[in-house]
Amino acid sequence: MGKTLFDKIWDAHVVKNLGGSTQILYIDRHLIHEVTSPQAFAGLEKRGISVFRPQKTIATADHNVPTLNQHLPIKEELSRFQVDKLIENCQKFGIELYGLGHPNQGIVHVIGPELGITQPGLTMVCGDSHTSTHGAFGCVAFGIGTSQVEQVFASQSLMQTKPKKMLIKVEGQVGKGVLAKDIILYIISKLSASGGTGYFVEYAGSAIRELSMEGRMTVCNMSIEMGARGGMIAPDQTTYDYIKGRPFAPEESAFEKAVAYWETLKSDPDAQYDKVYEFDAADITPMITYGTNPGMGMKITDHIPTAQEGSGSTTYQKSLAYMGLAEGDELIGHPIQHVFIGSCTNSRIEDLRLVAEFVKGKQKAPNVQVMIVPGSKHVEKQAKEEGLDVIFKEAGFELREPGCSACLGMNEDKIPAGEYCISTSNRNFEGRQGPGARTLLASPLMAAASAIEGKIVDVRAYLN
Amino acid sequence: MEPINHIQSTAVPLPMEEIDTDQIIPARFLKATTREGFGDNLFRDWRFNSDQTLKKDFVLNNPTYTGSILVAGSNFGCGSSREHAAWALYDYGFRAVVSSFFADIFKGNALNNGLLPIQVTPEVLFQCFEAIEKNPKVTFQIDLENQTFNRTDAGISVSFEIDAYKKECLLNGYDDIDYLLSQHDEIKAFEQQAIRF
Ligand code: SF4
Repeated sequence: MGKTLFDKIWDAHVVKNLGGSTQILYIDRHLIHEVTSPQAFAGLEKRGISVFRPQKTIATADHNVPTLNQHLPIKEELSRFQVDKLIENCQKFGIELYGLGHPNQGIVHVIGPELGITQPGLTMVCGDSHTSTHGAFGCVAFGIGTSQVEQVFASQSLMQTKPKKMLIKVEGQVGKGVLAKDIILYIISKLSASGGTGYFVEYAGSAIRELSMEGRMTVCNMSIEMGARGGMIAPDQTTYDYIKGRPFAPEESAFEKAVAYWETLKSDPDAQYDKVYEFDAADITPMITYGTNPGMGMKITDHIPTAQEGSGSTTYQKSLAYMGLAEGDELIGHPIQHVFIGSCTNSRIEDLRLVAEFVKGKQKAPNVQVMIVPGSKHVEKQAKEEGLDVIFKEAGFELREPGCSACLGMNEDKIPAGEYCISTSNRNFEGRQGPGARTLLASPLMAAASAIEGKIVDVRAYLN
Repeated sequence: MEPINHIQSTAVPLPMEEIDTDQIIPARFLKATTREGFGDNLFRDWRFNSDQTLKKDFVLNNPTYTGSILVAGSNFGCGSSREHAAWALYDYGFRAVVSSFFADIFKGNALNNGLLPIQVTPEVLFQCFEAIEKNPKVTFQIDLENQTFNRTDAGISVSFEIDAYKKECLLNGYDDIDYLLSQHDEIKAFEQQAIRF
């Protein structure tokens, strides 16, 4: 029987089968950040052991960091302490750190691909659920908890049970104004926030193939929002072209050899999946969420659905009440107060370019505050080199310094209680962007257009 | 990790679905560098008003409901991979969570911290909620060794699944790291033979 892409990579990394369903899985690359690593380092110290393969781990500071005045000491004491702890731990255990002030610093899932650390065929983990992002390159990448971070430190391996396999095909061409973000919000709205639990997803089909690497990352990034451990896309020329020449990419003849190997990373024609879904790209439109989990999304022209009778309806009502919305409501024309363009879902240079192109010569509505937080120092630098910062400034959009920012509101960047924010991030959970904040997830184009109008709009009305 | 086998306790009902880890422990409380003390901020924004007074209508603030078992709606623990969610539940005093569906990463994190995720059918979950509503003092028995979840007087007696290796770890209080450290030679041998390019 043929193997799926996922099988090929996973099986090649099994150090040992322990009987039952547990396996020891070897990990090629490990990314860490300040929030989920301190207890793992403390664990090593308690056991009196070192990091087994320190050169396979790379660290950055992203979740907690301010997005203004990064050259100054962090004001918030606990955040500063956590970031300092990371510096101290990395020094002590010999781990490369791209901390504040380093030209490679940024959101962990933005810098991995950008630096060429993320490559096809690898196993990659990070103490962060959106590690699924890296799967866009055809690697097996998934989020882990802190105890597992410690496992990887201690042994470069993890105890794992192999997940089931799901194939999601999107065939055909998407319409105008439809971005990768809309594709994935559409899929999640169909499968629900738990529809992928227990599975590792492979995305395929012509609409996925057509996407740039940035778009593929956006899709894989949100795999976790339907509960899947990870998502992946078979590597192809788009992938190789993206990786070539990046700092950690194989050089010259090694690159040729690597590509020859990467070419083998495709699901066999007779490979079996535990579940298969197929969607028609033509049915996808710009999307928006209306509730408090990413499965509660709809086409921008739809009305908020009525609760289905059953056990979940109280949760549904509570969710709409939190959002200050009601069944049957339409979202077009609904006022907003904030726009957040950033996060590991949509903060790469392609996202910023799209936004800049759209807002060039326009002005944000006076009732809206717009924050653009680039995914990394490199993205920030490139945006400035291309003059995007000037366009943003003229439009009244504030370009900040890189970090997770209002995606999770761990730093000062929070949305005030009761206010609405169109956000290009990946989670609309209660309080995610600050206590009481009301998040509406959408694409960068939808966010930009809504910023200009000061209310939710269908971006297609503004495109030629 | 503390070994765990039998749990006998009343339960706290939380009949909400899709309880994500941002609710269990909001991000702004993830700034600690130790594993202790997260219980104070468990379900922070559901437990407290913005002026830090208690929200009277939230179940954890209702003295009628106590115990070391949390019974919650489907897809419990979805969202972020933060292990702090498992730490917070454990630190608060919970030793088991009963639900009809758990998010993957949460389940793994719970098992790594001596917190038992017990998956039951939606019907059994519903019966649990009903039983607690009728009598908040009703007790449940969990037997890890035999993998059973019981409330005999109400006729609830079901078995639950758990990975054999994980069960061994929980019963003995071992963790994965102890085991992995004993496997260094095999891991090194794997590194030698692994063909990349
Ligand atoms: S940007 Fe948001 S989702 Fe991405 S790693 Fe940071 S906090 Fe997590």
